[in-house]
Amino acid sequence: MRYSGWQVLAQGILGNRGWGPAWRDPAPKPAYDIVIIGGGGHGLATAFYLAKEHGLQNIAVLEKGYLGGGNVGRNTTIVRANYGLPGNSEFYSHSLKLWEGMERDLNYNVMHSQRGVINLFHSDGQRDAAARRGNAMINQGDDAILLDREGCRNLLPYLDYDQTRFPIYGGLYHPRGGTARHDAVAWGYARAADRRGVDLIQNCEVTGIDIAGGRVTGVQTTRGAIRTKKLGIVVAGRSSQVAAMAGLRLPIESHILQAFVTEGLKPVIDHVVTYGMGHFYISQSDKGGLVFGGDLDFYASYAARGNLPMAEHVVEAGMTLMPMIGKARMLRSWGGIMDMSPDGSPIIDRSPVEGLYLNCGWCYGGFKAVPGSGHAFAHLIATDRPHEAAARFRLDRFATGHGLMDEEGTGSQHNLH
Amino acid sequence: MHIPCPLCGPRDLREFTYKGHDTYLYRPAPDAPPDAWNAYLHLRDNPAGATRDLWYHGAGCGAWLIVDRDTVTHQISGAALTRGLRNAD
Repeated sequence: MRYSGWQVLAQGILGNRGWGPAWRDPAPKPAYDIVIIGGGGHGLATAFYLAKEHGLQNIAVLEKGYLGGGNVGRNTTIVRANYGLPGNSEFYSHSLKLWEGMERDLNYNVMHSQRGVINLFHSDGQRDAAARRGNAMINQGDDAILLDREGCRNLLPYLDYDQTRFPIYGGLYHPRGGTARHDAVAWGYARAADRRGVDLIQNCEVTGIDIAGGRVTGVQTTRGAIRTKKLGIVVAGRSSQVAAMAGLRLPIESHILQAFVTEGLKPVIDHVVTYGMGHFYISQSDKGGLVFGGDLDFYASYAARGNLPMAEHVVEAGMTLMPMIGKARMLRSWGGIMDMSPDGSPIIDRSPVEGLYLNCGWCYGGFKAVPGSGHAFAHLIATDRPHEAAARFRLDRFATGHGLMDEEGTGSQHNLH
Repeated sequence: MHIPCPLCGPRDLREFTYKGHDTYLYRPAPDAPPDAWNAYLHLRDNPAGATRDLWYHGAGCGAWLIVDRDTVTHQISGAALTRGLRNAD
């Protein structure tokens, strides 16, 4: 069924009895041309673009739990293209353009809201860095506006402009940035991929990768063996475990990132706002909850929950920036498992095993990359050549030291990003 | 999380800085091939379960510790000084 306003009206009149499941629930076939491990945002988007852009059929997505049950359902939903370095800059620009056409592409309302992202700065040095980044964004063809203090005050009147420790000098405003309904992105890609014939197989955990003569021949799963010649691994925080099944050791360390949401409130925060002197960022969901987060807990973990010191730091940073949120009650907090790469930038590349493709290292920024990553990974799998927007996301950049994309300028080493 | 520092006793996570997996104890020789340096700096087993990693007790005694920890449960089963371990830096 094609979703439309008319359908909503017609189904409303008919008692909503005509809605069917949004996708099939097929049993795995013995063989596929392409198998994608991981039914999250990136995996589902990959399958969709393989079918849409490359006209490929006979594709399966294997998910060990339920579709969209991992990081795509656990993030803070921010969509932006405000990167400064070549490699990242063109990729996120590409991804943002795909976001802007996503709802039409998928025939699905993902509630993509380009409400604007404002990165605040608090010193002359930070202003220079923001101006440079803004120029890089404009040169890339994206949008950036350098706001002074009064410009910020017009848009964000609720910030504490009186505090003297970290005074607000201004902000870098990225109007095309914003948020989206994270689960809907996974569901939209799942439904659209399913409509193009992709088999989405849930509760199907990969337990082994079959390799013969240096080539992928198939996977072993909890729902039986599946033969395939092309296998894509898109499993975020679990990348190391799945790649180890193929004998690979990845430059990935899995860390926790915590996120928090308050009770629902009337609209108070119209944009995505980030604090430049403490790791804190915030937006308000359409449901009214203030959704905010901060830095990693900074130790390797798969616990999907964090510890209190970072929760304390995040809340302190938030209170410093916008004291009004102190009256809101926190509803819940949770943690996601981040596949951290040494330089903080992702990997979309072929692996040393023929027919095995890697998509990992998204660190704490995977959500905004969902369409771009799926699009570029589909291109790589279909053509065996990297997509031009993701050509620098090479696996060998760590071994050679050539082409590292250290956006934060902290060095290419684990636990620095 | 509390880390049982052998010198100070169980102390709060806030007193410690994380360095990473105990791979860092096994620094290659200066003339080792690039692959060895890549493995040392970048490649990780990244275990989901038991791990051994390095923590610095910066707000305490200043010792470097090697901690036995579970990455899935956050349980810490022991901590020892790195002093005397091979190649500790």
